[in-house]
Amino acid sequence: MNGAETRLYHAVRRIRRVEEVIAEIYPSDKIRSPVHLSIGQEAVAVGVCDVLGRDDVVAMTYRGHAAYLAKGGDLKAMMAELYGKATGSAGGRGGSMHLISMDHYVLGGSAVVATSIPVAVGYAFALKKEKKNRVVACYFGDGATEEGAFYESINFSSLHALPILFVCENNGFAIHQPLEDRWATPDVCKRVEAFGIPAEQIVSGDIFDIRNAAQSAVAQMKSKSDGPHFLECHTYRWREHVGPNEDYQSGYRDRADASAWFDNDPVEQLGKTLAADVRVKIDYEIESEIKEALQFAEQSPFPDESELEANVFAV
Amino acid sequence: MSLRSEKAHVISYAEALNEAVAQEMRIDPNVFVMGLDVDDHLGILGSTVGLVDEFGADRVFSTPLSEDAMTGVSIGSAMAGLRPIHVHIRMDFLMLCMNQLINIASKAHYMYGGAVNVPMVVRSIIGKSWGQGAQHSQALYSMFAHVPGIRIVAPSNAYDAKGCMTTAIRDNNPVLFVEHRLLYYTEADVPQEQFEVPFGVANICAPGSDVTIVAISNMVIESLRARELLDGIGIDAEIIDPISLVPLDIETIVASVEKTGHLLVVDNAWISCGMSAEIVAQVIQKASTPVRVDRLGFAPVPCPTTPTLEDAFYPNPATIASTAFRLLNPEMPDWAPDPERAALAYQQKFRGPF
Ligand SMILES: Cc1ncc(C[n+]2csc(CCOP(=O)(O)OP(=O)(O)O)c2C)c(N)n1
Repeated sequence: MNGAETRLYHAVRRIRRVEEVIAEIYPSDKIRSPVHLSIGQEAVAVGVCDVLGRDDVVAMTYRGHAAYLAKGGDLKAMMAELYGKATGSAGGRGGSMHLISMDHYVLGGSAVVATSIPVAVGYAFALKKEKKNRVVACYFGDGATEEGAFYESINFSSLHALPILFVCENNGFAIHQPLEDRWATPDVCKRVEAFGIPAEQIVSGDIFDIRNAAQSAVAQMKSKSDGPHFLECHTYRWREHVGPNEDYQSGYRDRADASAWFDNDPVEQLGKTLAADVRVKIDYEIESEIKEALQFAEQSPFPDESELEANVFAV
Repeated sequence: MSLRSEKAHVISYAEALNEAVAQEMRIDPNVFVMGLDVDDHLGILGSTVGLVDEFGADRVFSTPLSEDAMTGVSIGSAMAGLRPIHVHIRMDFLMLCMNQLINIASKAHYMYGGAVNVPMVVRSIIGKSWGQGAQHSQALYSMFAHVPGIRIVAPSNAYDAKGCMTTAIRDNNPVLFVEHRLLYYTEADVPQEQFEVPFGVANICAPGSDVTIVAISNMVIESLRARELLDGIGIDAEIIDPISLVPLDIETIVASVEKTGHLLVVDNAWISCGMSAEIVAQVIQKASTPVRVDRLGFAPVPCPTTPTLEDAFYPNPATIASTAFRLLNPEMPDWAPDPERAALAYQQKFRGPF
């Protein structure tokens, strides 16, 4: 068990620190890209990605730093992308909202809500034909489940028994709109089950609960080819919808609503289970890695203007 | 433009939109506002702030994230006699509304033999800068201009924003209301009472005799700056803001081009199959004198996020001025204005994250 805890702590702590550093740098205007931070939501990214194989695929949203890193995306390439540099994951063409790494099977996000869901289903369609037992994990927010494309996608994925794990990161808000103002009925799992898809709700935010659920879903998809599974993971976004700051003063939610989530912080929970020097060593490693990645981003060149028209069409 | 009022105040583009909607809602109970985040504390960059407090949640409400169906809902409510204003914080999201707008809204009046109207306003904002990138800074109005039955307006200042919004709400057709993010911070003298800016009447923003520059949306601001740069080397540019793209006041443009002999269209969008193609084609068809033409718009690529490529993606006062110079002086070596002079005050003021 201790091996898992060390690994998971490293993963959540790394994401947390990377995003805290992004928030610290942000006022310097070096990152001219809208950032949607996952601070507070790391357990969902890490809990699911931890059970995926290297060549399993992840699709996510504009709030995608956490899934990108959890799936193995390179930190240097991510930082360079945020800085708009030529060495970035998309060569400075995607920015924070569109982190990708085809080497690590990170299919990336989209700035248009829910648009990556059917694309992930299409990828799963191809994986099924490939017959190599690979799966797709597809992240999206609670708001995305309101789009027609979501229902059309889960219907098709169920109809064709596709190997895709849908992961709804339910943080209770779409920008500032609470769930109650958007959902006619509160139980998304019931709605999904109506399409013949096994669905599980995890309200604890606990990384082991998320990981166990993901593990059993992925195992079933791989061993029985039983088609899509769905997880609704309750979580909480600690910072503003977009940007580096907290926003508890703006009136749409209260710091008190967040306190249970602060108390339940996966970084702290996991950190407590480790011996002090193990923890310090990991923390130190992470800080060095971040420092190096920042240096890489700072020193990398911007793309040259002559490359403006590259990659519009494939050759 | 209608007469400037005695009772004017200096307000921003966002405030002008807000005021126009509030004033019309006070006198017409059928007008309502819907769309994602119209009722939160940020109120679509201030343009809907306070409306829910004054008019209540029945008339000002946020919808689920369901743009396709919500567009159909506004169409149905409009057929039944309401006057919806459907708000989108990005024009990119209109792609989810395209089916309803093109297949239903634009042709309902026609397909019902005139028996129904679809009096709705679809507001959408074009983003720019701060690495918003390929999916958050598109200007897609020419796609809608291709299809008969949808009016399109793109006011470039607070005065026209207020007047056009009043006209749009009262119009008995679907009106696509195009707003540019960077214009939200500009201010103008705007009458306090209601007034209409008529559709299909272009505005000659600045007179000139050498070259006609037709500019759309925030390109009006950029072109006015280019005009100053051109003035510095003795070129006198006339700047025309069509304000409404459908219907288009081609007569005013043609009359100007017949005077100057040179037309440069600066669109706030891609060039291919865009408004600039339409304007140039109509001018060539209708002008009674020889005309030389050129066009400027986005580079033919998705909008990159990185600042260096983003700078090369958009027309700016310097490229507008040098293109106009080349149009007038094809035999002379290219000329580029001093970049410092070309910098725009409002661009320097703008900071992210959005
Ligand atoms: C189709 C579309 N509509 C609206 C938006 C504007 N928008 C960006 S994020 C967001 C909220 C999405 O909420 P949710 O899916 O719960 O994800 P979260 O941001 O909470 O992670 C909205 C409405 C968008 N990007 N795309």
